[in-house]
Amino acid sequence: MPYAIECEGLKKTYPSSPPVEALRGIDLAVEQGECFGVLGPNGAGKTTTIEILEGLLPPTEGTARVLGKSWDSDAAAIREEIGLTLQETRLSEKLTVLETLTLFRSFYREGLSAEQAMDRVSLGEKADSRLKHLSGGQKQRVAVATALVGNPRLLFLDEPTTGLDPASRRELWGVISDFQATGGTVMLTTHYMDEAERLCDRVAIFDYGKILALDTPRNLIAGLAAEHFVEFSVAGDTLSESFGADLPGVTAVAKEGSVHSLSVEQVHIAIPALLDRIEADGLTLTSLSTRQATLEDVFVSLTGRHLEETAEVSA
Amino acid sequence: MNPHPFWQLLICRVRETWRTPEAIFWVFIFPLVMIVALGLAFRSDRVETILVDVEQGALSESITASLQSDERFKVTVSPVGEAQRRLRVGKTELVIAASDVTGEYNYTFDPTRPGSLLARNSADDVLQTAAGRKNVVSTSDVEMDEAGSRYIDFLIPGLIGMGLMGGGLWGVGFAVTDMRIRQLLKRYMGTPMKRPHFLAAMMGSRLLFMIPETLFILFIAWLLFGVVSQGSYLLVGLIVIIASLQFGGIGLLVASRAKTVEAVSGLMNLVMVPMWIGSGIFFSPDRFPEIAQPVISLLPLTPVIRSLRMVMLEGAGLLAVAPSLLLIVVWGSLSFTIAIVTFRWD
Repeated sequence: MPYAIECEGLKKTYPSSPPVEALRGIDLAVEQGECFGVLGPNGAGKTTTIEILEGLLPPTEGTARVLGKSWDSDAAAIREEIGLTLQETRLSEKLTVLETLTLFRSFYREGLSAEQAMDRVSLGEKADSRLKHLSGGQKQRVAVATALVGNPRLLFLDEPTTGLDPASRRELWGVISDFQATGGTVMLTTHYMDEAERLCDRVAIFDYGKILALDTPRNLIAGLAAEHFVEFSVAGDTLSESFGADLPGVTAVAKEGSVHSLSVEQVHIAIPALLDRIEADGLTLTSLSTRQATLEDVFVSLTGRHLEETAEVSA
Repeated sequence: MNPHPFWQLLICRVRETWRTPEAIFWVFIFPLVMIVALGLAFRSDRVETILVDVEQGALSESITASLQSDERFKVTVSPVGEAQRRLRVGKTELVIAASDVTGEYNYTFDPTRPGSLLARNSADDVLQTAAGRKNVVSTSDVEMDEAGSRYIDFLIPGLIGMGLMGGGLWGVGFAVTDMRIRQLLKRYMGTPMKRPHFLAAMMGSRLLFMIPETLFILFIAWLLFGVVSQGSYLLVGLIVIIASLQFGGIGLLVASRAKTVEAVSGLMNLVMVPMWIGSGIFFSPDRFPEIAQPVISLLPLTPVIRSLRMVMLEGAGLLAVAPSLLLIVVWGSLSFTIAIVTFRWD
């Protein structure tokens, strides 16, 4: 069985002075049936990559094959088999949901009925509503329905949940999981780490046009020096940043504001030691919590930056 | 049965336009206002009023009395400096001063203003006759105001042409640019949609709106002013269809690369203003200097209005308008072809 997506040495340079190297060599192989996440801050090259794979943008260098076919020779056939949403498409506000999906359905030789596509995204009741009367989350589901209506084997979603409220995001996650459950392949970009952890079988972390890491979310997190964090603060905020670095099981320390953060391998060893130390030094604990490492921590350990800080900088 | 994408694109485009109240205003209400306003302004049955100032003096009363025997004159008696001032600012067309000593009349007027020249000659005529002039040759006047020869008859083909141009350029060009800004064109490129289907649907939807718009203009012109075509209405329809497609093609070309509303608006005006001025919407383009005629006759709107006037005013047949139609077809296919090649989808 061919890979759903396969690309080698993808480079994209936009001519300007100086030239902008949006992609600096991307290699990927996505299995059929997989949900693959492309993760990274804005400007990392996520959209450029996905648009090359969607056949909307020619690469400057490198090759891309989709469902075993090449964009150079089989573009029309590939388009029949993929569905996509762009980062920012404003579909016509004056058309109804049913009219919009009927229009998109007419482009494909085979596919779902417009009604089936509406049911996939739970918008059957809104069939005759014009898009301008829908909420942001509902509009986004219509956009996903236009991607599903051709009954694709491969779905590309570029930041499908950016700007949506938590309930709408969860609804879209359900739609994506359902598609994958029927054997479909998904590639999505996101700068939400929780979304990637929740949905994706594997993720590639992008930064400045290169892949920094590529694995399952679990392996990426397991690859960190420690998988847990102990976060605490003390009355008076009098401690130095390196406090606790010598405690058993602590692999790294950090301080943000008044909160100390200890990276630890085993919480049940580190916490009693920490409490003993605080008591011995005559300090008063004002907060204490533990949390599991996330992909966010993976990004921080790879780049030294937080995703959120960089996410605001537009590409 | 899956509907054909061309029909789907066409139907959706028509729905979008129909659901935009502003578009309906521009299609139906605007031409109506234009016809009524211009038709009334230039109606042929009104009595021409001629504004004349007479300078105060010994003879001003007798001059006024002579002029007022003709109901066209509206006479104001003004002090010396005041009358000249009123002429300069256009409040009067002619100043008549009479010498108290010799009784000689002195006319002050602006020969570059048609109304001013008319006032001078008409007033002179009346005053000379009142003073006892006898005409040497006997003459008689026939006033021409039958349907087909009035200004409104001349104007209606011009307005139809203007509507076709505005509808094609704005309706297609603006809509396409808007879709590009909304990333909708790029979204379509991510589907198996055939590009010519989309472009043809954009032009086709113009046709569906131009036909009722033109019928509406013809109906209103007939209802209010009795305007009828001397030639075949089928031929008028044929010209309208070909011209709609031509302007749709030009609209596509203008919008083929524009990425902002400002860019496309500027280009539209650049393309339309020369035609508004030169192609003879309101007056005959023959009034432009000889040297400008080759350019004017090649503008896309000129053959549209020319052929419509030939059919509607002179009853011309297909053969007579064929050269104009050919020029329209050439413009249309040329711009459509260039638009397809240069068209930017993202």
